[in-house]
Amino acid sequence: MSPIIIKLIFVSIVFGISLFVAMYSTYAERKVAAFLQDRLGPNRAGPFGLLQPLADGVKLFFKEEFIPLKADRWLFLMGPGFFMITALMTSAVIPFGPDLKIGDTVIPLQGTDLNVGLLYIFGVVSLGVYGVLIGGWASNNKFSLLGAIRAASQNISYELAMGLSIIALVMMTATLSMREIVDQQSGWHWNVLYQPLGFLIFLVCAFAETNRAPFDLPECETELVGGYHTEYSSMKLGFFLFAEYINMFISSAVIATLYFGGYHAPFIDSMDPGMLKTFLSIGVLFAKIFFFIFFFMWVRWTLPRFRYDQLMNLGWKMLIPLAVVNIIITGIVLLMKM
Amino acid sequence: MQLTNKRKHMARKPMTFLERIYLPAIVKGMGITLSHLFKKKATIQYPEQKRPMSEVFRGLHILKRDDQGAERCTACGLCALACPAEAITMTAAERKPQDKHLYREEKYAEVYEINMLRCIFCGLCEEACPKAAIFLQNDKMAPASYEREDFIFGKDRLVEPFLLKKS
Ligand code: SF4
Ligand code: SF4
Repeated sequence: MSPIIIKLIFVSIVFGISLFVAMYSTYAERKVAAFLQDRLGPNRAGPFGLLQPLADGVKLFFKEEFIPLKADRWLFLMGPGFFMITALMTSAVIPFGPDLKIGDTVIPLQGTDLNVGLLYIFGVVSLGVYGVLIGGWASNNKFSLLGAIRAASQNISYELAMGLSIIALVMMTATLSMREIVDQQSGWHWNVLYQPLGFLIFLVCAFAETNRAPFDLPECETELVGGYHTEYSSMKLGFFLFAEYINMFISSAVIATLYFGGYHAPFIDSMDPGMLKTFLSIGVLFAKIFFFIFFFMWVRWTLPRFRYDQLMNLGWKMLIPLAVVNIIITGIVLLMKM
Repeated sequence: MQLTNKRKHMARKPMTFLERIYLPAIVKGMGITLSHLFKKKATIQYPEQKRPMSEVFRGLHILKRDDQGAERCTACGLCALACPAEAITMTAAERKPQDKHLYREEKYAEVYEINMLRCIFCGLCEEACPKAAIFLQNDKMAPASYEREDFIFGKDRLVEPFLLKKS
């Protein structure tokens, strides 16, 4: 098979998996929320309510399609699509496992191994806010606009701290390629053990970037109705909500890759290379990803939402200085090692 | 005056460093929520599983029959008088000789209606009735409906079913 076809197949599998995980994240979110609140959650559609995401999807498809009269039609339609695309694009550089060897063909389990993979992720993630901004702006509704503006300012503020926390990591790894960063972490050399502060900053920023509670101000129901997607209905709303879960999946994958050794786990690294090892590695990565998805939900159902000024204070006055300090410490330690 | 010893003296102190970085509090909170993951769930799976009702629960009314299966109500109107919500209306009629087995007293309620939207289920009608004719059941509630008319319960829905009494 030509490499292009292999790549196409791989990309569609990743696409499918992202959608599937996002779909069941909505279910998991409701279950986790319910269990943390001593309830049972959805359990009527299918065994354990497992068909609930399908039912939700069908419901969204059959809802009335509504576009506000004064809305900018094209931008209004573009918003959700843009958000979705950028959410999915990030997965291109995530290494899902070591190379898969079938006969003579070697299939790299990564969309593409960019040598600036980390930068690419940053670029795409910051594009993501355009979907929200466009959608909010085009709705011609003040709540939507406020939500969109919040999203934009929040993303800009937290991108800084996130970038700075990553710089410390890059100083250590001396590479921007995701694959190399993962391969440096084999065994117990997980970056989180060397960069705990950087990890913490990155984690907080990841919450802010994905608009998840406690930083879900762009869609804060108590003040802004639905935030940027107030005017959206039917599957366009579904796209926004869905993309949020894809974002969550991808950022869990990024966290696992950057700080928790990606597809590496000590007991698997010592195995002989082969099919089994490859699949176990993929399994390990997904276990880590699912843990972080759970973690996202766990935090959401524990912490109250930040106030807007608190959010900005945290971002600018705490995280950025901390990230700078982290860079300095990392620099000193690296210098001493040399 | 102190009624309970639950009172707690709160002083507004400036936050300590640990409080200001939120993290210990966040970890503690997450521990609490995690512990709830494994707790017993409070949900009652309604249609399959029903919450046991109290013996003295005041639900849907029933107009009782006596041992012979005759209606006990004599349309005296005391229940309507007692009703604070004015939910009960009735029309009295004189019993025909051939209807002796149907109505216990010589006067009976031809029409007897309770408006379940007005009723507050206080049970005063039950207490007012001199003939022990009206009761509030403890195992049945007024069902939901889309139409207001459906909430006006006439004798067809209030009188105790005949057959049940026999068995
Ligand atoms: S229960 Fe109370 S409100 Fe209802 S009909 Fe009887 S007296 Fe009236
Ligand atoms: S139910 Fe009782 S109180 Fe009401 S009219 Fe009949 S006999 Fe009188």
